[in-house]
Amino acid sequence: MAEVEAPKLPSGVRKKLMFVNRKAPHGTIYALEALEVVLISAAFEQEVCLAFLDDGVFQLVKGQNTQAIGTKNFAPTYRALGDYEITRLYVERESLAERGLATADLMPIVHEDPDDADEEKPSIQVVGRAEMATLMAEQDVLLSF
Amino acid sequence: MTAYVINGSSFEHDEEGYLKNLADWNKDLAEIIAKDEKIDLTAEHWEVVNFLREYYDEYQVAPAIRVLVKAMKKAFGAEKGDQKYLYQLFPYGPAKQACKIAGLPKPTGCV
Amino acid sequence: MSTLHTVNKSPFERAALISALGHVRPGDALLMIEDAVVGARKRTAFAAVVEAAAKICALFVLAPDLAARGMAEKDLIEGIKTVDYGGFVDLAAKHRRVQSWL
Repeated sequence: MAEVEAPKLPSGVRKKLMFVNRKAPHGTIYALEALEVVLISAAFEQEVCLAFLDDGVFQLVKGQNTQAIGTKNFAPTYRALGDYEITRLYVERESLAERGLATADLMPIVHEDPDDADEEKPSIQVVGRAEMATLMAEQDVLLSF
Repeated sequence: MTAYVINGSSFEHDEEGYLKNLADWNKDLAEIIAKDEKIDLTAEHWEVVNFLREYYDEYQVAPAIRVLVKAMKKAFGAEKGDQKYLYQLFPYGPAKQACKIAGLPKPTGCV
Repeated sequence: MSTLHTVNKSPFERAALISALGHVRPGDALLMIEDAVVGARKRTAFAAVVEAAAKICALFVLAPDLAARGMAEKDLIEGIKTVDYGGFVDLAAKHRRVQSWL
């Protein structure tokens, strides 16, 4: 139940969790499942970030409309991640380029500036492949979807 | 019971009372769901229910309680963006009960 | 702070192996299991990428999966080592984290 207090790891340990998204959104259930686990993980007060690489970058493309394929359009939910204090969405530059995409093709996703509640900061950070590898190597746990 | 009935029309719900089809929802149905939850809907309840529907419409997700409190605070101020205030309106859990009345799916992470 | 990367699909079926090889760091290990053992063969269309990665990190294949597919050590790109199930566990224990490339 939502009213139950957030579960805590022993001694309040905060782990670095990265959800690695590598699949396009609507052909398989991976992207939606990942998003649901991400939302649940937010209740555990861990350091959560998301990585989008390979076809995973398609999850953040703007203008997705699933009406005619009769499935839930969960794309707008990425824009709610800031409310869940998930403020780091790393997108791999090479993966975008390989797919003919540019940063401008992605949905604007923002979160509240912790220093100023009236200001918003972008959540998406486009990083190169080497930097993505470094970010992965900094995590305690990598969850692949 | 697996469906709410209004004037001979029935609207399916799951075993916990959440509407199966988001599009079925209307204010009369909300009143019926609220009655099952033993809640008399006041203007304050409606404010939360409508807020949840707008949140869902925007983000396609029912917010977790923590998120609801924060978003209510931003929209209506500290008095209403308050866990205690929301529990007074929806004693069995604001996210859970208010979402049900608003015709939304059970919030993700609400196990 | 190294990572064990695991891949279980052939590079001819999906990009997971090539993507994983593009994200390995010195000190990491990459283990090819199930259909991914195909990627360890000499002279495939992907062999150059695998050979280049072998210079950065340690590459392994799971021997039972190799045998099941009629492959032997002589078929492998130079430098790729075989491990059995126990060796898989040792690799997982040795590295700080495991990343499975689905």
